[in-house]
Amino acid sequence: MNMNGAQMVCEALVAEGVKTVFGYPGGAIMNVYDAIYKQDGFEHILNRHEQASVHAADGYARANGEVGVAMVTSGPGFTNAVTGLATAYMDSIPLVVISGQVPQFLLGTDGFQEIDAVGISRPCTKHNYLVRSIDDLPRILKEAFHIARTGRPGPVLVDIPKDITAEMGDFVYPDEVDIPSYLTVPKAKEEDVSAAVEAILKAKKPLLYLGGGVILSNASDSIRELAALSQIPTVETLMALGAMGAKNPLRLGMLGMHGNYASNMAMSETDLIISLGARFDDRVTGKLSEFGKYAKIVHVDIDPANIGKLVNVDYPIVGDVKEVVEMMISGLTGKVDPEQYTDWREILARYDALYPQSFEDSDEVIKPQWVIERLGELVGEQAIITSDVGQHQMWAAQHFPFDRPRQWINSGGLGTMGFGLPAGIGAKKAFPDKTVINVTGDGSILMNMQELITASEYKIPVINVILNNHFLGMVRQWQTFFYEGRYAETDLTFQPNYKALAESCHGIGYDVTTKEEFDAALKDAIEKDKVAFINIQVARFEDVLPMVPANGALNNMMLPKIANPDKGEK
Amino acid sequence: MTEVRRVISIVVENESSVLSRISGLFSGRGYNIETLTVAPIPGSKRSRVTIETRGDERTIVQITKQLNKLIPVYEVIEHSEMVEKEMVLVKFPLTESLADIEVLCEAYNGTIVNVGLDMCIGMVADEPSRVKHFIEAVGRYNPIEIVRGGVVAIER
Repeated sequence: MNMNGAQMVCEALVAEGVKTVFGYPGGAIMNVYDAIYKQDGFEHILNRHEQASVHAADGYARANGEVGVAMVTSGPGFTNAVTGLATAYMDSIPLVVISGQVPQFLLGTDGFQEIDAVGISRPCTKHNYLVRSIDDLPRILKEAFHIARTGRPGPVLVDIPKDITAEMGDFVYPDEVDIPSYLTVPKAKEEDVSAAVEAILKAKKPLLYLGGGVILSNASDSIRELAALSQIPTVETLMALGAMGAKNPLRLGMLGMHGNYASNMAMSETDLIISLGARFDDRVTGKLSEFGKYAKIVHVDIDPANIGKLVNVDYPIVGDVKEVVEMMISGLTGKVDPEQYTDWREILARYDALYPQSFEDSDEVIKPQWVIERLGELVGEQAIITSDVGQHQMWAAQHFPFDRPRQWINSGGLGTMGFGLPAGIGAKKAFPDKTVINVTGDGSILMNMQELITASEYKIPVINVILNNHFLGMVRQWQTFFYEGRYAETDLTFQPNYKALAESCHGIGYDVTTKEEFDAALKDAIEKDKVAFINIQVARFEDVLPMVPANGALNNMMLPKIANPDKGEK
Repeated sequence: MTEVRRVISIVVENESSVLSRISGLFSGRGYNIETLTVAPIPGSKRSRVTIETRGDERTIVQITKQLNKLIPVYEVIEHSEMVEKEMVLVKFPLTESLADIEVLCEAYNGTIVNVGLDMCIGMVADEPSRVKHFIEAVGRYNPIEIVRGGVVAIER
């Protein structure tokens, strides 16, 4: 069919099954917005900043596993989107971002709102394109979606000069992609998996180490089955929370810098690390030479470059986590004796009893951890929790009872403050019936608070629970521990009126200073079904514990003052 | 870990941004490029990029894996079984002995390729280590300019 490039973009999005596009118009992308105006194949959400558009598409993709789509204009529209691209890139989230570009006759002339989008985004996209001919446009769009969602997923940028979106051409959307140089998913080798299975059978203290890849490959059910079959205990990274489910007796919890005692001790003492979709990030491993010191390592990853990047691997397996786990299950069935790891599980149970994930509650002041635990009791399973970055993020990770994959949406790799509210908007678009709560801090929330108006306009009621300690709390914590209490530029005593801010954008605000007020505010916000700020004054100097200082050994944790009074006696 | 020198040969789709993807990967991840050559492969839509690099064994493996992840990369060839050659052009003042220069160039499989009023140009194409020696050796003939071509390599 004959149509212009802008219409081709819309047709391609519809052909890909896209229901929602997050974006912001501008000069170079106007042709496409004109075509959007004339179509009804998908909905467009107007965010109030391009960064938020990409985070919203990202939150959407994390919530439902589909490719998120964002659209921005050239120059500043694109550069604003870069943080969103990098956030998605670091966590391997499938996105297609379409940016306008100056017309081709202006390319390279420092034209108005011209910037080298392909050059800037190269290190923070899985792949990117500058479209140079209308004939290439359908194929490039098809390839962009294919590359974004296959193999190790990631964001793909398609930069389209304005003359191409105006130009007429013949639109035939390809059924298949043909990129001979692109390797998608290698099938795991039978002999690699068998070798790993043998190692598991020989191990005395094996440990399943679950990463974000578990969520991305929808492997949660298979992994629960593998753990149940073998009775091998599990630890999760920040990105894998929800994979095992909080109530699962084989889940020790989160490991790493703010992991719990039992998880970090398990990693320090295991004799076989079975890494599934994890990448040995420095926030997980601490000091590499001490990490899993007594362990052989099975490393399952879809990206061969992750294997052997940081640690030497004894049993490398390149493949999709879900597939490999299913192969492991059939290899272990009838052979593995769950009793063989009983002693190991008992040691870990004692560690967990000795220092459970705990905090000292108070009647004087609200403790941030209390808010998270209470949130878990009140909204629990049915909610989606997004977060920004900092102390509140770690408290949410430690204390919220995540029951299922994709329930927890946060920026793990890049650590992007300002992610939570727009990502919450995306998640709520994906699951309108679920309560979406952004756990945030008084630092982070200001970084994309313009999205209050987006949420209000489109009736996307994200509830923002602000753990307000009048500090950039995580940096303050490091300043306390490592900089002798010199609180350089972290004191946020000068505060906006959060209640009024929410109300100014047609939402609801609550100022909370007692536990009762929190319960009432949350209940009211859910009932009123409006975007909300619940501004909670929490203990100012609360630290996130346990903590492994950067590049420290995992078994060398700073622990909360109180341990279990039973000292591990059961 | 000890550093090794390695020549990596990369077959890529012949498109405008591919060289920046490769060089950007090296600079962004802190890998070394000692020399880099690129030219189309005759009779195809592909190009060959040859990079001479240095790094410990883990880095060399990472370079190969990361290059393989680039979408327009077809093949990454990295092993020690390569025939390698490098070319160098050297401009000498004619106040130096033309005969000496000619003998030196011939000793390194080269020759004098141009003689002007006040200068001559010698050309040598040889194994990279020998080219390095040649460049050391010409130092005594007061070279005006030395232009190295970078390594090209082909599998044995």
